[in-house]
Amino acid sequence: MKFAVIVFPGSNCDRDMFDAVRSHLKEDVEMVSSSTTDLSNFDAILLPGGFSHGDYLRSGAMASVAPVVRAIKEEADKGTFILGVCNGFQILLEAGLLPGAMLPNRDLAFICKTDLVRVANNNTVFTNLYEEGAALKLPIAHGEGNYYCDEATYRCLVDHHQILFTYENNPNGSAYDIAGICNERGNVLGMMPHPERAVEALLGSEDGLKLFQSMVANWRGSHVQHT
Amino acid sequence: MYNTLDLSPSRIEEEQLYKEMGLSDSEFALMKNVLGRVPNYTETGLFSVMWSEHCSYKNSKPLLKHFPTKGPHVLQGPGEGAGVVDIGDNQAVVFKMESHNHPSAIEPYQGAATGVGGILRDVFSMGARPIALLNSLRFGELTTERMKYLFKEVVHGIAGYGNCVGVPTVGGEVQFDRCYEGNPLVNAMCVGLIDQQDVQKGIAAGVGNTVMYAGAPTGRDGIHGATFASEELSDASASKRPSVQVGDPFMEKLLIEACLDVIHCDALVGIQDMGAAGLTSSASEMASKAGTGIRMNLDDVPQREENMTAYEMMLSESQERMLLVVEKGREEEIAEIFERYSLHAVSIGEVIEERVLRLEHEGRVVADVPVDALAEEAPVYVQEEVEPAYIEEYRNIMYRPEVEDMGETLMTLLKQPTIASKEWVYEQYDHMVQTNTVVAPGSDAAVVRVKGTGKALAMTTDCNSRYIHLDPHLGGQIAVAEAARNIICSGGRPLALTDCLNFGSPEIPETYWKMKQSVLGMSEACTTLSTPVISGNVSLYNESNGVSVYPTPVVGMVGLIEDLSHITRQSFQERGDLIYVIGEANLEFSGSELQKVLEDDYFGPCPKLDLEVEKRRQEEVLSAIQQGLIRSAHDVAEGGLGVALAESLFEHDLGCDVSINGDPLTELFSETQSRYVVSVPGEHQKAFESVVSDAVYLGVVTDHQHYCVKREGEDVISLFTPDLKKAWKEAIPCQLKSKD
Repeated sequence: MKFAVIVFPGSNCDRDMFDAVRSHLKEDVEMVSSSTTDLSNFDAILLPGGFSHGDYLRSGAMASVAPVVRAIKEEADKGTFILGVCNGFQILLEAGLLPGAMLPNRDLAFICKTDLVRVANNNTVFTNLYEEGAALKLPIAHGEGNYYCDEATYRCLVDHHQILFTYENNPNGSAYDIAGICNERGNVLGMMPHPERAVEALLGSEDGLKLFQSMVANWRGSHVQHT
Repeated sequence: MYNTLDLSPSRIEEEQLYKEMGLSDSEFALMKNVLGRVPNYTETGLFSVMWSEHCSYKNSKPLLKHFPTKGPHVLQGPGEGAGVVDIGDNQAVVFKMESHNHPSAIEPYQGAATGVGGILRDVFSMGARPIALLNSLRFGELTTERMKYLFKEVVHGIAGYGNCVGVPTVGGEVQFDRCYEGNPLVNAMCVGLIDQQDVQKGIAAGVGNTVMYAGAPTGRDGIHGATFASEELSDASASKRPSVQVGDPFMEKLLIEACLDVIHCDALVGIQDMGAAGLTSSASEMASKAGTGIRMNLDDVPQREENMTAYEMMLSESQERMLLVVEKGREEEIAEIFERYSLHAVSIGEVIEERVLRLEHEGRVVADVPVDALAEEAPVYVQEEVEPAYIEEYRNIMYRPEVEDMGETLMTLLKQPTIASKEWVYEQYDHMVQTNTVVAPGSDAAVVRVKGTGKALAMTTDCNSRYIHLDPHLGGQIAVAEAARNIICSGGRPLALTDCLNFGSPEIPETYWKMKQSVLGMSEACTTLSTPVISGNVSLYNESNGVSVYPTPVVGMVGLIEDLSHITRQSFQERGDLIYVIGEANLEFSGSELQKVLEDDYFGPCPKLDLEVEKRRQEEVLSAIQQGLIRSAHDVAEGGLGVALAESLFEHDLGCDVSINGDPLTELFSETQSRYVVSVPGEHQKAFESVVSDAVYLGVVTDHQHYCVKREGEDVISLFTPDLKKAWKEAIPCQLKSKD
């Protein structure tokens, strides 16, 4: 399985994402510039955290019009797995690949800590190796992670089982404790917590590893069926 | 005022305009002597920044020579952007600390942010990837709105910059004392990692080679920043706000990646960041080090404002800029690498044989000055020194605090902002990015593993300035010893240190004496503990409206943890483990947190330090850790054993059953040096006791969440751990919220 890590100017978790896939998942992975226009060679696309273009307009706003985003949309339509973490989630929201928006954290300060995140739906390609309701220890590190959506959007997210992760002790004021959501089809996931920072016991948690492993297992499953 | 291009040399001399730039009469006379003529306005500006204390160390040089700077692992000592130390496997660690005190006092967010930016550039201009940041901060008491504002904004500034560039802020310290009321201290340290063959130098070698400029364009911000940093603060300092630079961490992030790419291009000859005194210092230092000169055409300098004068361009401290020297004819290769990161690198001059800095602007030569005169030949001042009268007086005071309730005392100490949890601070810093942070902020030292090896680096910043106020010589020794102790506690062997010497005005004999004594004390400790000084920074004139800060020579130390299994934390880990204190307590409360609580002042003799005992205990504790005999280790510092025990319980919500002998007050809260609290698995008791000679058995770790200290069977303290933890954890957020 071949992963792409999209590098926007200002991405800063790109190398961490790369290391997680290569050293801990032991899958093929490549760094890909945000000026790329074709991602058809990849089986999964990872949008890392950071401050793309300095996040000077709104988090993810400038990155969402980078050339690579058109390619990401094409791949999303094909069903390719797409994971946006932190700034990657913000970019997916700004690009319209996921519903809702991000506000500054409730306390208006950046928060970096390891928090408890609940698996709200384990019936997806990203989460099916987790137990439903499992509490994961995942790092968060963001200044604008206060997810917002209106009531109608929330209903829609609930009806289509799009809420994959919720905070146990809502650290940033996110609506409905939402920490991560997917699209209706279930192949695009955006989340604020950092699974790539939780792939080895030495650093305090391995709870993020199963997310990547779920992606691999599901890709392998469908890949074998097709061949 | 500085735009007045038509000011003739004779007017500068007659009206003594050089004084506005911080130059003295004798310095101006010296400049005339060097040039053989009266300098023009631009030239006077060049000298004024290069001969400022900040750039020339003219008052501190005679003291800095006392520091031991060599050692078997030292690859690069002071003199380059940062020091370099061998860590084996052809890798090296690169680190330095720098102050940004004055800017932060005036404009705390940008002052702190650009302090982080500047120290990062010192490290990546050496060719090293920055892997960690630390910050050593000093503020006045959090009782005024002004101080709360400064504290909050400095932390926001550090977070705003460090988080964006993707370098984890893994540690540091915050001390609160009244002497920092008007002049807070903001010292930033950066640690980088490098393959030894990639180490770069800031040299302008090779006559005919091209001088290139990369990064952000030059604006009018930060003009005379170095001069401003070299004078005392006053109520009028707010008008110096234009001397404070504005940071762009996004630009810095691009610059980091571009520079770490460009060092692998063999067309690069030398590289240096434009820090204090901007283009002037980088160009003159690079040429001076190489024994060459530089000719620059300022018309080619990228500018972001119109009609900038030569003076403004040369003195601007606009951020995120680098100066490169490149093989002639290969400029395109370099420019192309920067283009990949959406950055521009342009040619602005060339290396010349004549050892001068020759500047052209709008078709005429606007400055022609010997580079060595700027970079190397600033006057050196040995100031008058006088021992302050109070020092001897303090030595003869016998101080014993009056305390009745030990439990209440413990609770009070845990709430003191200097001791209380700094979670409010470090939760705002991304301390995990780069996925190497094994021990996060809050422990004695932070631990960052080195990917692809079985090794890790331990790092810390330390300086208890209260002790230095009481006795600078002893206090200087303690600053180094405590830093080393913190490295030892994490399982590392101290390698070397960087320092940031924050003092008041060297022109006051008492202050100069304290500077000298603390440097001598530090040097002795460095020699005994084998931790050479590999880089550093001096910040003088830390005074505000006549009040000087305590002498605060901050030590930033890095240690090597040879095996990941040696990594040790300060928290007790397991119920049933045996608790020991290493070293005995004496009646030493002068300069202690308890003295501050009770007396609202510090007086009396500084706690003693025996460097030989210090060294032996460090060796023994490290040896016990490396043999796997110790489960946790924490140094006994502010608040004494009582506080150290409490801090060891919080992470895992444990309890302790401990018995003490002797005077409970001394046993629990004295700040006697060279002491540790460790926990030891029962099966290693014998082995541990045979390795660590001064270990005194105290009791056991329990899981009943009670902090129990007994003496002769009677309760001295019996408190619920969660209550202690709550007091400790909420103290700073509570103070920030309170209205009085």
